[in-house]
Amino acid sequence: MSELKSGSNLEKVLNAGYFAFTGECGPPKGANVEHLTEKFKFLKGNVDAVNITDNQTAVVRMSSLAASALLVQEGMEANFQMVCRDRNRLAMMADILGAHALGIRNMLCLSGDHQTFGNHPEAKNVHDIDSMQLIRLVKTMREGKFMNGDDIDVPPKMFIGAACNPFADPYEYRVYRLANKIEAGADFIQTQCIFNMEKFRDFMKKVVDMGLHEKCYILAGVTPMKNAGMANFMSKFVPGMDIPDDLIKRLKSVDKRDQSEEGIKFALEQIEEFKEMEGVAGVHLMAIEWEHKVPEIAERAKVLPRPQM
Amino acid sequence: MIVADRKSLEEILEMVADCKKILIVGCKGCVTVCNVGGIKEVEILSSSLEIARKKAGNDIEIEMKTLERQCDNEYIEQLSETVNDYDAVVSMACGVGPQFLSEMYRDQKFFPALNTTFFGGATEHGVWEERCAGCGTCIIHKYDGLCPIARCAKSLLHGPCGGSSNSVCEISKDTECVWDLIVRKKMEQGRLEDLFIVNDFKDWRSARDGGPRRSIREELVQGNI
Repeated sequence: MSELKSGSNLEKVLNAGYFAFTGECGPPKGANVEHLTEKFKFLKGNVDAVNITDNQTAVVRMSSLAASALLVQEGMEANFQMVCRDRNRLAMMADILGAHALGIRNMLCLSGDHQTFGNHPEAKNVHDIDSMQLIRLVKTMREGKFMNGDDIDVPPKMFIGAACNPFADPYEYRVYRLANKIEAGADFIQTQCIFNMEKFRDFMKKVVDMGLHEKCYILAGVTPMKNAGMANFMSKFVPGMDIPDDLIKRLKSVDKRDQSEEGIKFALEQIEEFKEMEGVAGVHLMAIEWEHKVPEIAERAKVLPRPQM
Repeated sequence: MIVADRKSLEEILEMVADCKKILIVGCKGCVTVCNVGGIKEVEILSSSLEIARKKAGNDIEIEMKTLERQCDNEYIEQLSETVNDYDAVVSMACGVGPQFLSEMYRDQKFFPALNTTFFGGATEHGVWEERCAGCGTCIIHKYDGLCPIARCAKSLLHGPCGGSSNSVCEISKDTECVWDLIVRKKMEQGRLEDLFIVNDFKDWRSARDGGPRRSIREELVQGNI
């Protein structure tokens, strides 16, 4: 993992052996650029790259491509998320080229939440290709070819990311699906939010036993809980979430106004453990609608200053 | 087979609101098997429409006929002498029926009484489930006889996605995760490594995406068989 594939900041940070720290930002439900750039300020200098979500939970927002480009204009680095739900292969390839032209150098390839969860459940979905094939597509394009084999004039050199949810079922298969994504071309992985540390330790042991951490950078997903209510909600209503009762109890055990601090403390403990965990190359912090807490979390997690590459 | 659901009585009443005399045409094919468009269902719809219209003080005259199939002109022709005796004709076949009827009898109006839903079968008495998406290039052998195109909500060729939980799909607790079934079957058979590949991009030209499809069997066209 020494030769640079994209030259993105995130790739350089990981390649140099630093513990990576990435953040996330959801575009607005409107064309409100001011609101978006306000949120960017909390992330600037505190993370190596910012994931820009793509109509997350199938709710329509400003396009992830446009928001990623706005982020780049602010002198920051985007991790442009693309889901397979909303675009066919023509639109995907066009947007990958466009993204590169706009200075975007990282992509996260996802299937996408089903549209029934969102605010336009009547929509037709696309799923022309799936996330595994999207990873392969971005790699193929990086190597200078369109899907049909035609040459690309100035290939889009992307650092290719993929997601992994060790907490979905069937658990036994999850590590193999991860291996498959790496085989397809993933350079880095950002996991689903981790709350069940015991299960994640077991998962990472399997990853290390298979040597996957040597082929790909794995960033552990961390979401600080704002309160016990959020933990309860995520446990019950967000598919693929594994939130141990102990965590909910821990949040409930403190006064309501101290629950957010307790949530942050748990996240900080997780980050400390991930720094030492074999196979984990960094943390992906998903502070959902809590971007203004990122500077404090980064400071207290002792991941600042971020390396200047 | 082709599975369908009947439209609501209100919707059908609305379709025939201006009609005084109609014909309801059933089909003895798939829709008879899935209990939605055969002789019995034609009778039920006829009675229901008659009662509703009578109640509204606007009687309607209804005749009934159930054809062997509505996807075959040989049977559609059987209506030739009477089809124009009505203000409209209501078809209780799948979506193919009212079209074959419309194409043969250009002066008549045809209304669909059914919503055609999917290709599937009965998993228990009174319950039908989708099994095939008619994509035109069958690949179920790769997945031990289970089709991810038709049965995965995202048609993933490399599942299961992160929303699979306790063998159930994220979209509904009543929807099985077909990828969970595929993975477990492969595990039981000790052939999990079959899944450790990145499949070629699917060619959707054979599916509806390539435009309306046609199937030609030359030997039949030439009359050799």
